[in-house]
Amino acid sequence: MTLMAILTYAVIACAVFIFFDIARKGLPVLMPVFSEKGGEVLNTDFLTRMPETLVEFKDENGEEQSMPSSDFIEFSKANPDAVVTDKKANAYSGGGIVGPLVGTALLVIVCMAAALVVGIGAAVYLNEYANQGKFVGMVRLAIMNLAGVPSIVFGLFGFAFFCLFPLLPVFTTVPSEDRSLAAIPFAEWIPFFGGGYMSFEGWGNSLVAGGLTLAVMVLPVIIASCEEALKAIPKGFREASLALGATKWQCIRTAVLPYATPGILTASVLGVTRVAGETAPIMFTAAVALKAKLSWSAADGEGVYWLSNFLTDSVQAMPYHIYTVAARIPRTDATAAMQDGSVFVFMLLVMFFASFSIYLRIQYRKKLKW
Amino acid sequence: MVTTPLSEKNDPMTGSNNTSEADSPKPGQTTATSNPNPVPHGEAMIEIDDVSFSYDAGETNVLQNISFNIPKGKVTALIGPSGCGKSTLLRCMNRMNDLVDTSKVTSGQIRIMGQDINAHQVDPIELRKKVGMVFQKYNPFPKSIYENVAYGLKIQGVKNKSQLDEAVEKSLQRAALWKEVKDRLNSSALSLSGGQQQRLCIARTIAVSPSVLLMDEPCSALDPIATARIEELIAELQEEFTIVIVTHNMQQATRVSDRTAFFYLGELIEYDVTTKIFSNPSVPQTEEYITGRFG
Repeated sequence: MTLMAILTYAVIACAVFIFFDIARKGLPVLMPVFSEKGGEVLNTDFLTRMPETLVEFKDENGEEQSMPSSDFIEFSKANPDAVVTDKKANAYSGGGIVGPLVGTALLVIVCMAAALVVGIGAAVYLNEYANQGKFVGMVRLAIMNLAGVPSIVFGLFGFAFFCLFPLLPVFTTVPSEDRSLAAIPFAEWIPFFGGGYMSFEGWGNSLVAGGLTLAVMVLPVIIASCEEALKAIPKGFREASLALGATKWQCIRTAVLPYATPGILTASVLGVTRVAGETAPIMFTAAVALKAKLSWSAADGEGVYWLSNFLTDSVQAMPYHIYTVAARIPRTDATAAMQDGSVFVFMLLVMFFASFSIYLRIQYRKKLKW
Repeated sequence: MVTTPLSEKNDPMTGSNNTSEADSPKPGQTTATSNPNPVPHGEAMIEIDDVSFSYDAGETNVLQNISFNIPKGKVTALIGPSGCGKSTLLRCMNRMNDLVDTSKVTSGQIRIMGQDINAHQVDPIELRKKVGMVFQKYNPFPKSIYENVAYGLKIQGVKNKSQLDEAVEKSLQRAALWKEVKDRLNSSALSLSGGQQQRLCIARTIAVSPSVLLMDEPCSALDPIATARIEELIAELQEEFTIVIVTHNMQQATRVSDRTAFFYLGELIEYDVTTKIFSNPSVPQTEEYITGRFG
């Protein structure tokens, strides 16, 4: 018994240690006021700039300096006579993390939109419509097993299916020469679509491919928790609704789904934390280490073509960014800031979502009691 | 045809006219030869004709060849020990048993207003609008009082606000709840007491203007005072609705019902005027049950 208690507390101790270690190193990056040197309250650059190459050098007084490459270019222009020695460049380690933050947010939005529609639909079918026989039992088992598939496998599946599969169309004014299977032109007079092509070339390394891959990965969890939420609805609600002359769908829509929403919502917020943290599924399908601009300013074209361009453009993402700066960049005093800061901000984000889901659950429990 | 002197006490509506009606069978009535337990008096609303029912696709019957007629505008009580099939029979009458995939009426017909409710062309949705049901455990939706009563009309597509308002007020009045809730129609139905919630469920059911009200032990979760209110309400509602009530409480059956059917192990043992069943039952089993010797 004592041993079990010790083991339990050891787990908690480890978690607390990890948390404080990240916070100790990361907090001064986000809020320099807590660092040894002191400084401003919030490092806004870190939250608003895109990641860049970090340039380290020694100025004429032999003092070590470091700045993002765009700042260094400005600096060189302003001081053309400055003597710069020992210049070193560290990729991805300068600037801020707004690119990965926005990319992760976009991925999560695409993923949850797809996962919720499919997941709720599947859960309603399995729980309300399907005959509860052997076959549905097997379908359920298969879905549960999907939850145990390694995420890298989902990544490879997504790469094969969403990125390369040539029957997936994109709307573009310039079809890819080597990848496009066929390009259907739209005449100029067609509203919204005029003047471009629907090109069957696959989605490539893109926001939509990554988001859908993540959706496939998180679906088993969403389906299972939606089913739990549906099962928790008292039988009386269904019976009352049907006895009043509701059709099955009316009953589900008005007397089941509204009361299952809190459960579905809690599950999906937890799904968000999981999706936001996944690296493997987006490595092949969506994420790139460096982008100069945010997705919406990078996308060109208008209307449908802008949207298509936006969705089929690659993005940066927090977990992939952390992997890049942690695994590919040597840790020096100059690069440590990006490494520690990214992890810290990401952890805050995950903690925010987790507590938000708990808050939602408490709120809904207060409101809906039966 | 069995004719039994009616208890005037339980027939505020039709009074002594029933005796004369009984002598001339109505068109809806089946003859004594095909139906061993015919309606003692009055026009049949629900004719149950040789009904057997199974929950497991016909392997075991939980109802065995039940035949009797439920008269229009009266309260009919179904009594019997637990598991005797009375609730099952009640749920056959609005086809709520359809929810169990393997359930099946294995023989016979249930006719409501002359229509076989299990016929192919009968839509259970339409049937349930005509045959309302009040459940054992009061089950208002966790919405406002107003929304609860308006629910049935709203799913039928009624959008007109004044029409809904009127129906809600009328239903709540008929369910003797209007005075208590008229100032807080928008507060949650779950803020009401248990008895009020059950009356709200009755209001919700009568809002869609059914012809028949099925009540499945409507008072079993309520205290004696709330029970008395519901019983008063049943007495008032029988003016407009044919009521079938399942109850475990034999005093309740004597208080509210005109006819009583006693079930045991899926069979109808005896069906007669309530006063006759409780004062002078013709089957010994019935007497043993109502005097508390088993069940």
